[in-house]
Amino acid sequence: MDFFDNHKKLFRSAFLLFVGLTLVVAIMPAINNQKNNAALPNAVPLSADAAAGKNIFIANGCVACHTQQVRNVDMDRMWGSRPSIAADYADNKRLDIWRNTATLMGSERTGPDLTNIGSRQPSVAWNLLHLYQPRAVVEQSIMPAYPWLFIVKDSVSKGETEVIVPDKFRKGITGKIVASKEALQLVAYLQSLKQTKLPDGKETPGFLYKKEVKAAAAANAKGGLPDGNVLYAANCQSCHQPNGEGLKGAFPPLKGSPIVNGDDLELYVNIIMKGYDARAEYAVMNAVGLDNNLSAEDITAIINHERTSWGNNAKPVTLEEVKKIYDFIKLTGK
Amino acid sequence: MDTKNIFSESGILITIFLIAIPIIVASLIFIAKSFSVINRYQKRKELKKFNEKLKSLTPAEIEKLELRKKELEFSLTNNELSGNATVKDSRGLIDKITNSEDLNFISIKKKSQPRPFIEPDLTKLVLWYLACAVFWLLFGTTVGEYLGIKFAAPDVEHLSWLSFGRLRPVHTNAVFWGWASLGMMGLGYYVVPRVSNVPVASIKQGYRSLILINASVILGSIFLMAGINNGGGEYREYIWPVMALFGIGVLLSLINFYKTIANRATKEIYVSNWYIVSAMMYVLVIAFVAYWPTWQNGLGETIVQGYYMHQGVGMWFMLFSLGLMYYFLPQQLNKPIYSYSLGILAFWTQILFYTLIGSHHFIFSAIPWWLQTVAIVGSVGMVIPVVAGTTNFLMTFKGAWHKLSSSYTLPFYLIGIIFYFTGSLQGTAEAFRFTNLVWHFTDFTVAHSHLTMYGIISFMLWAFIYTIVPRLTGKEPPQITVGAHFWLALIGLLFYTVPLMIGATLKGMMWMNGKPFIDSVQMMAPYWLWRAIGGTLMWISHIVFAYNFYIMVSRKDEIVIPETAPEILKAKELLEKEA
Repeated sequence: MDFFDNHKKLFRSAFLLFVGLTLVVAIMPAINNQKNNAALPNAVPLSADAAAGKNIFIANGCVACHTQQVRNVDMDRMWGSRPSIAADYADNKRLDIWRNTATLMGSERTGPDLTNIGSRQPSVAWNLLHLYQPRAVVEQSIMPAYPWLFIVKDSVSKGETEVIVPDKFRKGITGKIVASKEALQLVAYLQSLKQTKLPDGKETPGFLYKKEVKAAAAANAKGGLPDGNVLYAANCQSCHQPNGEGLKGAFPPLKGSPIVNGDDLELYVNIIMKGYDARAEYAVMNAVGLDNNLSAEDITAIINHERTSWGNNAKPVTLEEVKKIYDFIKLTGK
Repeated sequence: MDTKNIFSESGILITIFLIAIPIIVASLIFIAKSFSVINRYQKRKELKKFNEKLKSLTPAEIEKLELRKKELEFSLTNNELSGNATVKDSRGLIDKITNSEDLNFISIKKKSQPRPFIEPDLTKLVLWYLACAVFWLLFGTTVGEYLGIKFAAPDVEHLSWLSFGRLRPVHTNAVFWGWASLGMMGLGYYVVPRVSNVPVASIKQGYRSLILINASVILGSIFLMAGINNGGGEYREYIWPVMALFGIGVLLSLINFYKTIANRATKEIYVSNWYIVSAMMYVLVIAFVAYWPTWQNGLGETIVQGYYMHQGVGMWFMLFSLGLMYYFLPQQLNKPIYSYSLGILAFWTQILFYTLIGSHHFIFSAIPWWLQTVAIVGSVGMVIPVVAGTTNFLMTFKGAWHKLSSSYTLPFYLIGIIFYFTGSLQGTAEAFRFTNLVWHFTDFTVAHSHLTMYGIISFMLWAFIYTIVPRLTGKEPPQITVGAHFWLALIGLLFYTVPLMIGATLKGMMWMNGKPFIDSVQMMAPYWLWRAIGGTLMWISHIVFAYNFYIMVSRKDEIVIPETAPEILKAKELLEKEA
């Protein structure tokens, strides 16, 4: 056949077929998406520090292990309150002449998704220590440590942030470990990662593949409550540690804690829901409950888990008791 | 969704079935090889017994044997019919004359590598390409090995240039653009002029292309380690000036190949050249689309990323390697390809379906739902070219299976073909929405990309390199080290991928069941350790391969004296050109 024996015709056809398909599946959808999208009206643009932090995030290839996308499937519910939508990424433009746009959606979760990490883990102290040595706060973590983002000094000057590193991880460093500008910028970027609320009246897209067994499993559990151990691991453990002993100079112990074992339930629920900043020797606690949309059942399960673990031996609380306080907090907000 | 009945999901079942295939084939090759070893051992024993018997022969028996020998050696004088006239072969019917008297002293065996006469300049160019490729394989996988270790020992050092996030793209890009790309192009420089039956258009252009691509990988690796990258899209981590060097390098070779094909002495264009030239055109289109700035805002970047990362694999590495396979497999088996038209069908369907499937990396993400569905449909369509290609290759093997156990190159071909089938169809199974739910974001993707880029592309490249380098240099590698390379690489790959796939499935199910994230990290630890062990075996096999390559190229040049009339004339022509 002439067509197959003529190199001009053959290669031109193969070329045009590919370019044609490329236009349809890549270029046109891409152009269409960038034209018909805008950031949500209430989206907060990155501050100068956060933008600099994003560059550090990019330079160190953090996207290799951390995604920034909440898929519209039920299993991704733990990473955000709603699925990510096109508008969430609309503000990402080309970084500079050398570098392309960085939506940082990622393709692997060797580490957790970071779409909403600013709400889930807003504590500066935790983030800095975690960057300096992840295993100081999460024993099983395999994240790289970034000690080169920190400076060792004899004394801490005004305006500098010291990181209290447990002795085990100081590796013979006797001076003060101080966060560099880059480390603070990186944390500022992480703190800025929060899902923007959809404007009122706009329907929230739902999650697919909902677990049907959830209700049945919940009914089987103790007193119809979710598993407190699992909830503790997901929401509390990174600071207060699996053994409930916290970290000296950063996060207080729950083991033997008067609040955990005491009778002031209102204070206890308030701390979990709205955070705590009453003790100078420890870091500020964020509003874990409100930030992560924990339900009254979740809070009850966590409280009962904490009151009966690590040698704590206090009387379990009931859902009704917690619910009364919980509803009041929800009503008044932060 | 009930995750307990995971074995009733079609995508999972397909994958288990697919993974079983290479394991079964590897076992069969192993059994065949073991049988031949046992056979040899038994023969040797028999020979020993026989020798004992020889020593105790009686004179009468010896006399009887000598008489029989005399009878057998009776022959005519060979000129009973022709008398004393001179012998002439005016129709060229006889092409090899050996003196039959020699046969009684040394039996002449068929030379294992019949060597075509190839211009020394081209030989040198091809070897340079392959040598650079071998270097990048060693470099890239040393980095990969180190990354695997970091999963088990994250605190091994704390240097910014060697931190995980920076090194990971160094590994992927070095094996992509350094090892696989240079290897394929070097082999292309051998195949394209061969099937066009003319010398390559320009040797110099070939060297320029080689230098540019090497420069791109060197600069790219340094930049990545220094923290300068393109913003995070996988496999396009090199910034545009670095990638431009690669693009220009490919363009120069593309023009070179195109000119060679335009000058061809054959009427038809052999199907290898369809694949090779198209792959080179496409990789340029892909790189252009990926780096052009005007359609990259917001989700545009993601849509382009899905297109780019998958077309890079399918339309560059896969297409080019298939083109090489259409030349090397028939040539190695010494028979024509089973069906030329199946090759053509596979070519057009590959372009049609493969181009559509890019966004299956972003299923359930914020990119348009219809685009995700198109990608899934395209992934299923890929069954056509994959089955067509595999059938074609296996049917070419038909009738030549016995060559497998006596050849050190054919096992590489077979494993490459098997993984072509397994790896590609696994990709299809992964694109289903349920399997995506379990496996997306887990280490399954890593296992899949090693099954394909390593199991298909690297095994095929090794097959081709072991086929042609001895032909170019006249030196064969020791068969034992080739065997060691093969088995270490194959067993290493299985140790690497199978535990990772099992662990990834468990991890995905933990996520679906809402277990705390850190539990899934802890659960993966033993699987990551297995991955490091498999990776180490693979890495050792590359050192063995580099040694084999060194043996094939670096010993003193054997002086080749052209033997047949066309070779003598060609050599004379070249000599005159030089003068």
